[in-house]
Amino acid sequence: MTWVNAVLQGILLGGLYALFATGLSLMFGVMRIVNLAHGDLSVLAAFLAFALIDAFALSSFVTLIVVVPAMAVLGYLVQRLLLERGLRAGPLAPLVVTFGLSVVLQNALLEAFSPDSRALPAGALGTASLQLTESLSVGWFAVLCLGLAVAVLAGLQLFLARTAFGRAMRATSDDRETVQLLGIDQRQVYAVATAIAFATLALAGVLFGMRTTFDPSIGPARLIFAFEAVIIGGLGSLWGTLAGGVVLGVAQTVGAQISPAYAVLAGHLVFLAVLVLRPQGILAPAGSRP
Amino acid sequence: MTAVARSGRAGRLGLAGAVVVALVLASAPYVVTSDVTHTLVDLFVLVVLATMWNLLAGYGGLVSVGQQAYLGVGAYAVIALSVHGGVNAFLAVPIAAVLTAVLAVPLSFLAFRLHGGYFAIGTWVLAEVVKLITAQIGPLGKGSGASLTTVSSYDPDIRVAYTYWVGLAVAVASVGGVYWLLCSRIGLQLTAVRDDEGAAAATGVRVTRAKRLVYLIAGAGAGGAGAIVCLNTLTVQPESVFSVQWSAYMIFMAVVGGLGTIEGPLLGALLFFALQQTLAAQGTVYLIILGAVGIVVMLLAPRGLWGVVSGRTGEVFPVGYRLR
Repeated sequence: MTWVNAVLQGILLGGLYALFATGLSLMFGVMRIVNLAHGDLSVLAAFLAFALIDAFALSSFVTLIVVVPAMAVLGYLVQRLLLERGLRAGPLAPLVVTFGLSVVLQNALLEAFSPDSRALPAGALGTASLQLTESLSVGWFAVLCLGLAVAVLAGLQLFLARTAFGRAMRATSDDRETVQLLGIDQRQVYAVATAIAFATLALAGVLFGMRTTFDPSIGPARLIFAFEAVIIGGLGSLWGTLAGGVVLGVAQTVGAQISPAYAVLAGHLVFLAVLVLRPQGILAPAGSRP
Repeated sequence: MTAVARSGRAGRLGLAGAVVVALVLASAPYVVTSDVTHTLVDLFVLVVLATMWNLLAGYGGLVSVGQQAYLGVGAYAVIALSVHGGVNAFLAVPIAAVLTAVLAVPLSFLAFRLHGGYFAIGTWVLAEVVKLITAQIGPLGKGSGASLTTVSSYDPDIRVAYTYWVGLAVAVASVGGVYWLLCSRIGLQLTAVRDDEGAAAATGVRVTRAKRLVYLIAGAGAGGAGAIVCLNTLTVQPESVFSVQWSAYMIFMAVVGGLGTIEGPLLGALLFFALQQTLAAQGTVYLIILGAVGIVVMLLAPRGLWGVVSGRTGEVFPVGYRLR
């Protein structure tokens, strides 16, 4: 039963990974930018929530009302002011710029909040659980995370498929020169895509903070999880990202069941196995390549 | 009359200057205290790292954030060879570099399945995996690391001097080796790949093979640098030798100095060394400055400091030909 439990917990953890990886997937899908500061930005969001709770004694969920829009605005500005210039300078520049941003963020957070581990209060929801059988129970909070992940992914999928702006985004992803001929401002499209990506990573960052502790240096480890979820699931597929997150989550919890030291390593090894055996990802159509 | 020449005046002066600098540096242990030479070893490590990362990213187009994997393996290889294998610790340095390159062969096949930004994070994952596995090996001290106990029989001044010479040799071999490589036929192919990968492939350059070669050489370089780090600090810990911070340093030096040139990373390493010596006491603020300067240079002067300077002086390490 402990193994069934490990798999179940892994699926739920995978939901959070998928939610977090969505932004990385979206930014790559639309702009071909890999945001190396993705993890640190989610930690920034968690610290923003932490500061708000500290100052106004809010509930963690209420802070989302401020943190998510604030991060979306930050995303818009980062794209317009930094990444847009970087994109013009060639493929190397966005990588170096986002890596520089990662170093700056990490150390600025360290300076502002000290290296101590923090956690966001999850309230009654954090401990409440649903008893499935005698020996099997799932936490309501983990179920909520998975539910939010599915909702965000479905919403984003609908947005991309059905709305005019979503179509513009997909068209820009396919061919940004031609799109400009049609009167679409690609800079605006890019900035909005980044804003959406930052909003989802902010949501995931706050949820991460409610689930486990965080500190200023944890961002890179998170980035790696998000990246693995995206690659395992297959590039360019939002539902693939969900599947990738779940596979990664299960690998980690099952690895932890063998020995706590193997949790992260097991996730990495599954990622490497996918890279060797099915580099296009488990859900990607045949013939596509990373 | 027009003639085709490899080097201009700056090149001839520069090469002569480089030889003089290397000779002066080689005599340093006889002149300055071991504190100074101990610090200069850090500079040599930086020179090797900057030069190798530039070869990788500036010529190979391979932006890796995972070279710390090879740095860590090089450092641990010295411990394994010297403490457990009975090899002289200083002789272990070149062996460590070769072993690192050997490890880079299988890892390159994994990493090369990814491209661009995903290659960057993929190399990072590989570095994490190498770190996690290393931290499971009992004889290497698991998570708490190990000490290089075999050099304690040396007189400290002699030990530092030997470390210094080995460090200098690795730095000279790296810069000289990269220069020689770029002057060769392969260098021409790499320069073509740097400028336009598609066009290079169309003219018959085997792009992947050239990139793999660069990846292996850069791995060996990082391994050599790691071996020097181990000799200079006498301890290795997985969290420090496998730290992604090393990648931050490499990127900063190569980008700020000037990617795709030999001189740029040297300039970057010197600048970084100076910053480190003056600002390191400031802790995090210094890293914030580092990151910010890297961003600003990348966006405003993508050719780096050397790109700004070289317009006037010409190449000190000429790898192309020019008419005169």
